[in-house]
Amino acid sequence: MRPDSRIWSFIVPIAAVILALMIASIVILLIGKNPIVAYGALIKGAFGGRQAIADTIIKTTPLILTGLAVGFGFRAGVFNIGAEGQMIMGALIATVVGINLGGVPPVIAIPVTMLIGMLAGAGWAAIAGYLKAKTGAHEVVSTIMLNWIATYLSSYMVTEPLAVGSGTPKSPEIAESAKLPPLLTIGATEMTSGIIIAIVAAIIMYIILEKTTTGYEVKAAGFNPYAAEYGGISISKNITMSMAISGALAGLAGALEVMGVHHRFLGTLSGGKGFDGISVALIGQNHPIGIMFAAFLMASLRTGSNEMQFVGVPKHIIMIVQGIVIFLVAADRIVRTILIRKKKVGS
Amino acid sequence: MRFIEALFDIFTNPQFYKITLTASTPLIFASLGGVFSETTGVVNIALEGIMLMGAFFSVVFTQITGSPWLGVFLAIPIGMGMAWLHAWASIKWCGNQIVSGAALILIAQGVTGFLMEPIFGQPGQTDYVGKIAEIKIPGLYRIPFLGQAIGQINPLVIVAFASVFATWFLLYKTTLGLRMRAVGENPEAADTLGINVYGIRYFGVIMSGVMASLGGSFLSVGEVGNFRELMTGGRGFIALAAMILGNWNPIGAMWASLLFGVSEAMANQLQSSPILHVPATTKPLFNMFPFIVTLVVVAGLIGKTRPPAADGIPYEKSE
Repeated sequence: MRPDSRIWSFIVPIAAVILALMIASIVILLIGKNPIVAYGALIKGAFGGRQAIADTIIKTTPLILTGLAVGFGFRAGVFNIGAEGQMIMGALIATVVGINLGGVPPVIAIPVTMLIGMLAGAGWAAIAGYLKAKTGAHEVVSTIMLNWIATYLSSYMVTEPLAVGSGTPKSPEIAESAKLPPLLTIGATEMTSGIIIAIVAAIIMYIILEKTTTGYEVKAAGFNPYAAEYGGISISKNITMSMAISGALAGLAGALEVMGVHHRFLGTLSGGKGFDGISVALIGQNHPIGIMFAAFLMASLRTGSNEMQFVGVPKHIIMIVQGIVIFLVAADRIVRTILIRKKKVGS
Repeated sequence: MRFIEALFDIFTNPQFYKITLTASTPLIFASLGGVFSETTGVVNIALEGIMLMGAFFSVVFTQITGSPWLGVFLAIPIGMGMAWLHAWASIKWCGNQIVSGAALILIAQGVTGFLMEPIFGQPGQTDYVGKIAEIKIPGLYRIPFLGQAIGQINPLVIVAFASVFATWFLLYKTTLGLRMRAVGENPEAADTLGINVYGIRYFGVIMSGVMASLGGSFLSVGEVGNFRELMTGGRGFIALAAMILGNWNPIGAMWASLLFGVSEAMANQLQSSPILHVPATTKPLFNMFPFIVTLVVVAGLIGKTRPPAADGIPYEKSE
């Protein structure tokens, strides 16, 4: 197996996940818990029963979309670390519109609410794209700032103009007609049909990236901006557009969370799903199909980690796992070197 | 005109200047960290995570040793370790520096959140463990306005400003500094001249860990005496913006940090202004202020500053 073989794009993320789980088990040992018990609880939490599986699938939905958002950005040569803020804006604006669609039939209300969420995310991301194209402001700094602005803006919106009830700050429910019908209902859990939309989005992204001229331009601009510009591709237009498309996907994640899961805007709605998109994109190697599997993996870890809490392992362990995976994917030569050396020793 | 009245009230209050210094100090430390790392050509967005580790472990070590100063010092090696990981991935393995930085932020958030319960018995925030006492500056504290503003001050604030000038001296007046800048501008040429490119880059990145750790410690045992989950709240990134705005120069980074410190202090004072009577529900809008200022400043001025030429580009020796 040559170090530059294409097979590595499958092996590196899988090996990174396994290595990360191994390192995390040492961390679990250090606080005096049994990693086998902990991982057992994790698997039970994610897949133990119909309810658990439904929960995992519900959590997979936004992660596919934020993963696609970040992955699309990477393919186009931008690091969209702002999926969190774009998701918040998508959810917030979709809520504002969704509340007011009472008399509209679902055939119109559902697509309109979704589209509004996508536009909100796209607009929010386009600010960073435009600034990068026009002034060179690095998108990592500007999208992080936009994340915080979105966080505070939304927390203002649900404590003042949109606030209802007491307790957790929340908006009123959106109109019945703007709610996504559940795919199926298991006990008290409604499994969102958003998962279908997320999968369709992944397929569309695959077609755009692999089969269209636009996709070719996006990839070319991401791969080598100077050569692409020489070849007649406008880089500044491409950066803004790529950020907008990336943001639209994150915005859709937010809108679907509102329409299919919570039916209202909550302060805790995004809860790191935008940041998880970074892990998902990197584990999925920025490929739409890979991203779907990575989102499922990440959602399983998230759902399962709640169960881990019961055996005394704080669920933050999942963030450590995620961090180690990203670290190993960033410096993928580490993983390749470990594997090649092992192979040599073995043979 | 209540707003102008409130502003006037804030600007004439010596407390405002003290709060500005307090708000700027973590940014000064962390932006110096950014300067150290990027001068040698390694982008380090992990500052946010290293600050968080510094904030957490200085509280842990203060709890253990009973001395906030020891807490701050013992947390530094942890920050250096985090930075070393980034250096190792970026320099030895030519990894993607931004992605590696993002990974370390996640690891820091995970580790600090994870250890909270086993060490302090509760999630969210730790108990008060003690903080670094302010010192009175002889003579100065007697002067009417100035004395109230800076006459009694946290010694770490002084350390921060001293670090600015020490960093400036190191970078622009010593051979090591010249080598660091050479490696960041043109590693090939530096290598040809016999400069140890990898060694210099490790030094730059690990020093950024020292600085960011100090910045984080200031937030916890410097300012409040305990640790809250995710208490850095984006300051690592604001520090990066300060470094950019300061044109990768320690003195410039200090001025930029002070600017962001002013915007934080202003947001802070406006929302508690007795003249404006800001209702609790609109306070989040004021919290947006420093982030908007950062965004506008970065967008407006970035074209006029220039990063080191080899910033963010891994260097591979040709065989």
